[in-house]
Amino acid sequence: MTLRIFLRRTGLFFAVLVAISPALMFFVWMLSLSLKYEIDNGAYPPILIPDRFAWKNYAQILGSNNFLGFFENSVLVTGGATLAALLVGVPAGYGIARMKAHSAAVVVMIARMTPGLSFLIPLFLLFQWLGLMGTLWPQILIHLVVTVPIVIWIMIGYFETTPKELEEAAIIDGATQWQVFRLVALPIAKPGIVVAFILALIFSWNNFVFGIVLATRETRTLPVAVYNMLSFEQVSWGPLAAAALVVTLPVLILTVVAQRQIVAGLTAGAVKGG
Amino acid sequence: MSDYGTTLAGASAAPPAVPAEVARRRSYWIFILPAVVTVGAVILFPWVFTLWMSLNEWKLGESRHFIGFANYLRLAVDGRFRDALWHTLVYTALSVLAPLVLGTLAALIFNERLPLRGLLRGIFVMPMMATPVAVALVWTMMFNPQLGVLNYLLSLVGIGPQAWVFHPASVIPSLVMVETWQWTPLVMLIVLGGLATLPAEPYESADIDGATGWQKFRYITLPMIAPFLLLAGMIRTVDALKSFDIIYAITQGGPGTASETINLYLYSVAFAYYDVGYGSAIAVVFFVLIVALSLVLLHLRQRSKWNEIGDAG
Repeated sequence: MTLRIFLRRTGLFFAVLVAISPALMFFVWMLSLSLKYEIDNGAYPPILIPDRFAWKNYAQILGSNNFLGFFENSVLVTGGATLAALLVGVPAGYGIARMKAHSAAVVVMIARMTPGLSFLIPLFLLFQWLGLMGTLWPQILIHLVVTVPIVIWIMIGYFETTPKELEEAAIIDGATQWQVFRLVALPIAKPGIVVAFILALIFSWNNFVFGIVLATRETRTLPVAVYNMLSFEQVSWGPLAAAALVVTLPVLILTVVAQRQIVAGLTAGAVKGG
Repeated sequence: MSDYGTTLAGASAAPPAVPAEVARRRSYWIFILPAVVTVGAVILFPWVFTLWMSLNEWKLGESRHFIGFANYLRLAVDGRFRDALWHTLVYTALSVLAPLVLGTLAALIFNERLPLRGLLRGIFVMPMMATPVAVALVWTMMFNPQLGVLNYLLSLVGIGPQAWVFHPASVIPSLVMVETWQWTPLVMLIVLGGLATLPAEPYESADIDGATGWQKFRYITLPMIAPFLLLAGMIRTVDALKSFDIIYAITQGGPGTASETINLYLYSVAFAYYDVGYGSAIAVVFFVLIVALSLVLLHLRQRSKWNEIGDAG
């Protein structure tokens, strides 16, 4: 019996190892590429851990090509689009859940299904006509296409599960609708808001397609800036991998630290809209 | 935010003749209004404008002519569009099936009692959260026929070097491999949510009847998680159809147009040739294709009565 349990545990251990190895090996290799000198990255057979680490790859990335400027653009675009989405989407999720306005919910869901490019053509023309090109506004506004549906979806789901009794009691006590939302519903919904915030943040940060069309040389976000590094002459793997890792590192850290919230939000969002 | 307060104060002072339930129902619109304005501006306006643009011959910098459905007729005889449609369907079929099978297997593993389950699940989920462009750049290096690590790994098990994304015959399977690597975790999470809802009783009776592990999976687990598999399959279909970042960053639709999907073709037409009229027609057809599938998903979701899995985490 104990032997069977031992065998079962060992089997499970190897199964888990196999399951996570594609993810683990990829990111370890990414780290390895980013820490090697060109000669080590070109070696055959490939070297996993080099004799000397090329920290200069990171120094080169962080110190050049306006990398910090692009970082700032990313923070402004993602931050602006996420905060605006929370401001607009949290009350909307509350209203839709309380009114059971399913048709409104369907519009939001179809919006999430629409390919980003079909929003880009009309909005590109609109932004040109408004003279906004060359500023960060076009990207902040178009990132709302990503963030608003995520926030509304997650908040509808969350407000549907929070008890209504407290709100009804507050109404009987003479509270206005706004007070009920602000003082009763909102504090209870805080975990849901955190989930919506994290997911909107990540998907806005990762967005690439809006940037390649709307960003000018000065208004590039990090994913676009990293992609553009490819077109530099004599691009070397070390700095490129270092840049890729720097761009995605905040997201990876957030994924591991907040994995409970992310899993809850993704499965809820998947069931509701995908 | 403070204008909600004033507007709402006005709403609650409505004449008492209106039944309380109706007044309350109506006043929730105030909460939705800012979102309606936002969604109208960045989502509904583009839909309507795209529809209108698709009826015009319009290249950026040139004059615009109304041409009715001519763009759609052009689309019907556009060989490059037909190729792109075919690439999209092949890419989508493979990118649905592979993650579905692998994700279900992974869900069965993660459903077991594991030490450090949260951390392991966090690592497993990393590919789908990581920035797609950053990931694509590293895959491009790994695909490199001379210096890439993938051909080295193949050589360890005695397989000769492959051309990966650099040959028309292998480019789509290679991209599907990246897509599968990226999105298997989402399938895993959905199926894991399904497994969490399974009751224990059928398994206990099966144990008494001496059923094997495979029999239990085939006759108990699989039928009961079928709605979740269906859902995961539909979500994957929609996401794979509109996949862009990975393909654009790794191959840009190449070599030649061997990996050009509808989304990539749409990008070229609209933002490389600046043919926004024709591009809009492609967008409309593409949109109809995806929305049709989304409505199927919605329909299936409302028909099935599975439990919400939002609290599975």
